[in-house]
Amino acid sequence: MPSVGRNERRREGPEKLTGRALYLDDHSIPGCLHGVTVRSSIPRGRVKAVHFDPAFPWEECVVVTAKDIPGRNLVALIEPDQPLLADGVVNHREEPIALIAHADRARAYEALKRVTVEYEPLPAVLTLDESAALKQVVYKKDNVIKSYLIERGSVEEGFARADFVVEGEYRVPAQEQAYIENNAMAAWEEDGVMVVTGSLQCPYYVLKAMKEILARPADKIRVVQTVTGGGFGGKEEYPSMLAGHCALLALKAKRPVKMVYDRHEDMAATTKRHPALVRHKTGLTKDGRLVAQDIEVVMDGGAYATLTSVVLSRGTLHAAGPYECPNVRVRSRAVATNTPPNGAFRGFGAPQTLHAVELHWEKIAAAMNVDALQLRRVNLFKVGSVTATGQLLRESVGASDCLETVVKRSDYAKKRRAYDAWNKDPKKPTWRGIGLSVVHHGAGFTGSGEVYLASRAGVALTRDGGLFVLAASTEIGQGTNTMFAQVASDALGLPMDWIQVETPDTHKVPDSGPTVASRTCMVVGGLVQRAATRLKADLEAAYGHLPRTRAELKAAAAALCAGRAAHRVEMEFEKPKEVTWDDATYRGDAYGVYSYGAFAADLEVDKTTYEVRVLKATTAQDIGKAIHPLFAEGQIIGGCTQGLGWALLEEPVYKDGVMVNAQLTNYVIPTSLDTPPFDVVVIEKPYSRGPFGAKGVGELPMDVPGPAVAAAIKQAVGRLIPVLPITPERIAKALS
Amino acid sequence: MSPIVLTVNGKRRSFGGPAFTRLIDFLRETLRLTGTKEGCGEGECGACTVLIDGAPVNSCLVPVCSVAGAKVETVESLGAPEKLSRLQQGFLDCAGAQCGICTPGMLMSAHAHLKAKGAKADDASVREAISGNLCRCTGYQHIVDSVLCAARKTAKRKR
Repeated sequence: MPSVGRNERRREGPEKLTGRALYLDDHSIPGCLHGVTVRSSIPRGRVKAVHFDPAFPWEECVVVTAKDIPGRNLVALIEPDQPLLADGVVNHREEPIALIAHADRARAYEALKRVTVEYEPLPAVLTLDESAALKQVVYKKDNVIKSYLIERGSVEEGFARADFVVEGEYRVPAQEQAYIENNAMAAWEEDGVMVVTGSLQCPYYVLKAMKEILARPADKIRVVQTVTGGGFGGKEEYPSMLAGHCALLALKAKRPVKMVYDRHEDMAATTKRHPALVRHKTGLTKDGRLVAQDIEVVMDGGAYATLTSVVLSRGTLHAAGPYECPNVRVRSRAVATNTPPNGAFRGFGAPQTLHAVELHWEKIAAAMNVDALQLRRVNLFKVGSVTATGQLLRESVGASDCLETVVKRSDYAKKRRAYDAWNKDPKKPTWRGIGLSVVHHGAGFTGSGEVYLASRAGVALTRDGGLFVLAASTEIGQGTNTMFAQVASDALGLPMDWIQVETPDTHKVPDSGPTVASRTCMVVGGLVQRAATRLKADLEAAYGHLPRTRAELKAAAAALCAGRAAHRVEMEFEKPKEVTWDDATYRGDAYGVYSYGAFAADLEVDKTTYEVRVLKATTAQDIGKAIHPLFAEGQIIGGCTQGLGWALLEEPVYKDGVMVNAQLTNYVIPTSLDTPPFDVVVIEKPYSRGPFGAKGVGELPMDVPGPAVAAAIKQAVGRLIPVLPITPERIAKALS
Repeated sequence: MSPIVLTVNGKRRSFGGPAFTRLIDFLRETLRLTGTKEGCGEGECGACTVLIDGAPVNSCLVPVCSVAGAKVETVESLGAPEKLSRLQQGFLDCAGAQCGICTPGMLMSAHAHLKAKGAKADDASVREAISGNLCRCTGYQHIVDSVLCAARKTAKRKR
């Protein structure tokens, strides 16, 4: 019986459910020291001196500064701009300056209090607006980290033909990933190899950074993932920094070192979603057809480039929404500010720009006096549509199916009318509204990214009959372990419980790329499927037929391995021949394929307190094929809940360049009582290049709630609020 | 000063260290019961939830001296991987755990709730019972399903 499409039990479920799964801080490491970080207390300036209180017994501690780095003082990722430890200059609050390790965790924190840093402050820019206005140049020559331009047709000609032209400006804030396990890492030297282990999404990103920091080849560094308590992008790039810190301390101490951030440090110092400002000018004919979209995007990258160029790219490529328009211009840029660097968070730039394009429909609909639904129906992508980058959508376009499913199941049209009547009744204690959104989300890396990555994954059969999936893609809760076993099982034609998934360990598994960008199932799952298919053929050739029992598997393995320890099959990513992309002009197939999603938010606003209560969430998402339907639904409900948090509750508040609500007490994420019942429909429009037809599902759910909630609140209170989150305070302000 | 004596998962334990040591540190560091997790250290996330005399409490906010003589239960008191409790089985069947870091605390809150409510547990009561346990992965619906699935089985057994 095939495993794909069945709700197989979570591979590591029993360990997680009994408290036996070992997250980094659960590992007992003999002789381990605890590392802590001296951080900048100003947003920008020169470090004149670092003073260590002579009254403190420093001989109990190990102290590391930039001069202890054996290789380059750099967190290698894209731009070589971010030091591992500030050396003379700080560019943001909480920037690491020095490291301290002590055998006793409490004493390590005590030591931290005995360090004072003397600065010469420099003028800083603390907001996107200050940076864009060049109040002060703080990054390269013009504060611009990266910019892009997409052009299709001529927006000037489009506006000349338009019957309606509607402009809007939208702002979205940063967002904290708020995984429940804070960043945590340990490092030690073992037979000349620096072993780094911890909570992380991308083992080979950490390896790349460690090679530069330690000036060592890959075989002298080993990166191993421990059970990871959530990531959501927040453990994509930051673990490279933390791994570097641990390794430096471990080198100097000649002992293992563990660094486990507390919640405050994790929230204040590590990456967030990029805040963004998006401006739209849209031209339409009187029958509602789009003729011009002129879009400007500005994102706040923070003090260093980290992943900003790629986040901006994805935001830019999704900015025009899932609609066909003959004349499109998207101008985007990311600017630097003296705040902790922003980075990866589920959706990776797309939720920011999709929020704007989707909410803008409400403004257009009001100007044209029609329902936004009608306008979406006229313009929505279908097979044969051409995107802003000139990509022809050849297959697997479920946008309309998603939208119509949601419209029907949420009872959108009827509720829209009923709520208009409800809102006219002064005796009702609430105002009500229902709002829609529909989006596309590119699966896998942007543009030619997958080609540059050239990921590899595989399967191995050991001579004693052990079957392993080999990939660096990490299980962070989404179900990678189970999904890989399902895909391999069906491709091999062997039972799923014969298959193990190897721990992501750079000394054991090939580089299947980072666990990001909704690519693990579609791209890496595809490599696993190909490798397993090859192994099946090899097994049949060596043994005559597929083994039917474990004993036969052992015999077949012995025959196939012919004395070697294992028979290993690896596959490398191959670009589908129909996909062409030009990085220089930003023209062509931006992504191999897109997933689609639609959402209806049905909510009410208390007339006295302005609190918003979401009554029901209805969503339909086209993900090609659900390898594991229950886990896919889990991704959808979980991702949409993060989107609801962003829409209504979550806002990092910055003062003097640092998050001042860096606690779960006042940075509020949704609880079980804030979360509505979900009606989820998975739509399966198979993608011919995905394993069993699968596309991506990880990020898509994050895109849809924001604009639907804002549209519903507009119906409820009669005002379009162009800023997230829509708190009672913002509603009060809009109504005053 | 005499040591603090309490019962943890049915075993008598004594602690001679500083009286204001947090219960979570006593559990994780002294007893090596690392199933109980620390997510925030300030009683907001609920990952460190344990039962004290049957009631769910954030063990990061409790000094050991305040639980002298009490019965403490942690996730390790439920089932084992090869023999899950009914509630744990519900979580496995209904995908109530994703990354798993909130799961031990979530299980303890749900366990206390089912003990009190049994088959009378419903969507609203479960949501209330776990509202002090933050989960960033699931959006809670599968957790509620998991608890109710276990509650229904409890009910079946009673009949």
